[in-house]
Amino acid sequence: MEETSFEQAFAQLEETVQSLESGNLPLEEAMALFERGVKLAAACNSCLDAAELRLKQLVPSLDGGFEAEPWQPKDT
Amino acid sequence: MIQIQRVSEVTRYLRELLDADEVLQDLWMEGEVSNFSRSSAGHVYFTLKDDASALSCVLFRGYIERGVKVPENGLQVVVHARLSVYEPRGTLQLYVDLVERAGLGELALQFEFLKARLAEDGLLEATRKRPLPAFPKRIGVVTSPTGAVIHDIINIVGRRYPLAEIVLSPAAVQGADAADSICQALRAVEEYGECDVVILARGGGSIEELWPFNEEKVARAIYACRIPVVSGVGHETDVTIADLVADVRAPTPSGAAELVVPDVQELRSQVRAQQLRLWQRTAELLASRRAALEQVQVLLFRLSPVDRLAYCRQQSRELSRRMVMRIQYRLAVQREQVDGRQRQLSSLSPLAILDRGYALCRHLSTREIVHSVAQASPGDSVEVRVSDGSFRSKVCTPERRRGKACDDGGNEL
Repeated sequence: MEETSFEQAFAQLEETVQSLESGNLPLEEAMALFERGVKLAAACNSCLDAAELRLKQLVPSLDGGFEAEPWQPKDT
Repeated sequence: MIQIQRVSEVTRYLRELLDADEVLQDLWMEGEVSNFSRSSAGHVYFTLKDDASALSCVLFRGYIERGVKVPENGLQVVVHARLSVYEPRGTLQLYVDLVERAGLGELALQFEFLKARLAEDGLLEATRKRPLPAFPKRIGVVTSPTGAVIHDIINIVGRRYPLAEIVLSPAAVQGADAADSICQALRAVEEYGECDVVILARGGGSIEELWPFNEEKVARAIYACRIPVVSGVGHETDVTIADLVADVRAPTPSGAAELVVPDVQELRSQVRAQQLRLWQRTAELLASRRAALEQVQVLLFRLSPVDRLAYCRQQSRELSRRMVMRIQYRLAVQREQVDGRQRQLSSLSPLAILDRGYALCRHLSTREIVHSVAQASPGDSVEVRVSDGSFRSKVCTPERRRGKACDDGGNEL
């Protein structure tokens, strides 16, 4: 899953609803916005459904900087 | 040889002497406040004294505005100050930058002193607090890799917003090296560059255990961090310098975790709310279009020729009905006229009078009508005609009515 997709999809959903709510759109355009909104809402929900927290830890890298490697906390 | 000095040269010399003295530039002093006054410019002047001696003090308005406490007469206080010479008067003066009531512990004094200095440098300005990202993608966490804190943060973020990634930047959070370790871990997050918010966290502990979070280098590292920092240090009642410098202070590490991410349940309901608006708006649009259509249809029917046709048809029916009535009336009138004439005709017929009881008498032989008794001789055979037939009879005695001419026929029977 693309990590920015919820935020993007949600922003687009809000935008779609707003443009649907504003002004007197031609019916065809309104129906197109509606379809788009339905798809975006489904995309938002599936982002939320599919998400699983990822864990990483920063370790020094060879070039003197830092890189993130997968990590699991030890049970305390 | 005598060298005569000017007063200002001496006072300046004295001031430079004092200003160069490290001890006099960093004085912690305790004493009682007296002669308190405030100038029109907002600076505060007072005398600090003990049982043997006294020194004039000035506390400039700028410090007061940044939160340094203002003393009162009779109060026993600890001040931090530098000693210098006020040249116009050639007097010694303490330039105070911190006032605390006497009796505070050393750590508390250090805390207040650092807080005042950071305020002076603008590190605590509310205007510098940066907003947190609404949907963080990667959350840097500067804390110990072991212990409850990182577990709590993982659990809370995992439950509330599993879309995020947690990037641990491990640090020692207590002990002598802790401050350096925290600074380095913060820099590591910055250098890694992928995080859009940093949590700086540590579980509860004594003031000494939390002390690294009150150190100036940590404060300055937080301030220098290009990524917004959320602090969650100790318990709710613990306030550290790190908390004051951070962009957002959370009361605890768990609180910090809750603060940096939205709640997925909340997001779901927001998505639902948008969906609802989507459906409602579309339904409204369709309904309004349908209503407009119906209006036009009504108009169309009103304008259609169907009604006109019906009207014309009715008109023509009405006209033909009237026409028939008129003709029938005319016929009846004419029939009535014909009947009248017939009745007139039949009343004028000579035979019609017989119906009223008159009789017609003729000679049987000659068929001549007997008008007068003169025409009738006894023994004549006559035919008498009445309304419904005729009979024969014989004349007996004709008798002339008196006063009548004698040639009148005798028709008395």
